[in-house]
Amino acid sequence: MNIFKLSIKNIFNKPLSSSISLALLVLGVGIISLLLQLNTLIKDQMDNNLRGIDMVVGAKGSPLQLILSSVYHIDSPTGNISLAEAETISNNRMVGSSIKILYGDNYKGFRIVGAEKKFIELYKGVIKEGKDWDNPYEVLVGSKVYEKLKINLGDELISSHGLRETGQSHDEGTFKVVGLLKPSNSVIDQLIITSPQSVWDIHETHDHDEHENENEHEHEHEHEHDNREITAMLIKFKSPMNIIQFPRQINENTNLQAAVPSYEISRLFKLFGFGIETLSYLAYLIIIVSGFSLFINLFNSMRERKYEMALIRTLGASRFQLSTMIIFESLVLTISGFILGLLFSRFGVMFVSSLMEESINYNLNSLKILNEEYWLLGLSVLIGVVSSLIPAIQVYKMNISKILADA
Amino acid sequence: MLKTKEVEFNYDNQMFFKFQNIDLNSNENLLIIGESGVGKTTLMHLLAGLLKSNSGSIKLFDKELNQMSSYQLDSFRKNNIGIVFQRPHFVNSLTVKENLQLAQYIANKNDNTRIESILKNLNIFEKSNKKTNQLSQGEKQRVSIALAIVNSPKLILADEPTSSLDDNNCSKVIKLLKKQATDFGAQLIVITHDSRLKKHFKKSIEL
Repeated sequence: MNIFKLSIKNIFNKPLSSSISLALLVLGVGIISLLLQLNTLIKDQMDNNLRGIDMVVGAKGSPLQLILSSVYHIDSPTGNISLAEAETISNNRMVGSSIKILYGDNYKGFRIVGAEKKFIELYKGVIKEGKDWDNPYEVLVGSKVYEKLKINLGDELISSHGLRETGQSHDEGTFKVVGLLKPSNSVIDQLIITSPQSVWDIHETHDHDEHENENEHEHEHEHEHDNREITAMLIKFKSPMNIIQFPRQINENTNLQAAVPSYEISRLFKLFGFGIETLSYLAYLIIIVSGFSLFINLFNSMRERKYEMALIRTLGASRFQLSTMIIFESLVLTISGFILGLLFSRFGVMFVSSLMEESINYNLNSLKILNEEYWLLGLSVLIGVVSSLIPAIQVYKMNISKILADA
Repeated sequence: MLKTKEVEFNYDNQMFFKFQNIDLNSNENLLIIGESGVGKTTLMHLLAGLLKSNSGSIKLFDKELNQMSSYQLDSFRKNNIGIVFQRPHFVNSLTVKENLQLAQYIANKNDNTRIESILKNLNIFEKSNKKTNQLSQGEKQRVSIALAIVNSPKLILADEPTSSLDDNNCSKVIKLLKKQATDFGAQLIVITHDSRLKKHFKKSIEL
């Protein structure tokens, strides 16, 4: 038996009032920690997919939509742009490198992207099994796609038109899996990647299905039409200085749209940020309320337990030991509240990431403790000490003789 | 062993007590008897070092209580004095055994065999793992005696231990207290208004 054990016994002796304070604290700490975790994870994920892309060129529309669709692959594209126009831009002297990407189809909800091979290099994709594509209709498959759909080398994938699972399927759109990519923790994990030519070919045929009066084409036929289109082009500048001037030039002088991902994402986070801030104020309020509830608990239990305290003093415990016991009781509650709050937030992160994986094929799992969470620990300890201070001082000043004489 | 001289105490300048001198030798028990309102509890708290007198001297085991700090009094109390209260008090979150362990911990002791032997001696060993609010009145009183003697005090102070008991139980409890004091080598001072106890003590003073 010691003072620490006694504190714990006292807490368990009053499970109801202890658990109310505890629940409030868990909720407050949990919400803040969940917000911090999600914010950091999403930001990391976003930044991770952003490296090497200074600007995206695509069809006119919402710049944020353009970024979300062609960098993060989570929104519909704004439309297509002509290959010829894209070539003009990529030949500009300010452009360091450019990658053309085009969409059209999906396989069971996973997007099939036609892209130049530089696209895979951009995300540091490495082939785990098989080889790179050499011919049209050969595809490389990202790690999450083959894990989820159990795709193996040599499988044939029949694509559907559009970016959602429900699109009309092309019988002609049969892709052959020639390579599987290692997990890269970037967007290519959830993509099926093929050569631009494959996508052009399949949509040539597709268009002809719809307009039957036109002449039949063999789809192996070389298409050198001017009217070939791409969805977007990812651009890296020669010098970071160009980021100010060049997008504006494109937006003003062409019918294309240029968007800067880092700018759009920080705009997005500002929008998020308002909600996150409001929610975290609310959570801090809950933590403060938990402090009050803790204080009221301790204060009441001091009154109920005054004979007990007097007894412990007559047994020879010092004022200091008794005050320590009260502060311990409070700290045990707040520190376990903190730990449970972190657990709560981790389950929250897992839950949210499982939701997100369902809907947009993103995965956010990480369980490391953030610096801000150490601050939360400090805050919990502070709440524990502050809320127990007055009861502890009361116990310290307690007149045992008077309490015992009144009994 | 105990020598008091001209001890005076007043509460907020309203109630004033002046106590007669006490002189008690080693190996003697003492009964202090008095009507309500003559300051029995006050005297007991003074002897236990829970209160400090305004003037006079209380010398217990050759130590002058009035010259000790509050911290020194706590420490003196845990090493020398066991108290049996009129109404038993316990730490309610703990079992009988844990209450006794807590008392030992406070006095920097740890001796489970002593706890067992005390509980057996008081016939409540089978209640060791019961919470104190599950005990009957008589059991509570015996546990409070156990709490008073667990740290082998040299002096046991008992405040009205028999006031609410019938004759039969009164004599049982006082015999039990005396036996425990003898068994564990302590002196006993009982403070009460209960005149039935006179016949059990050779030495008594009236306030």
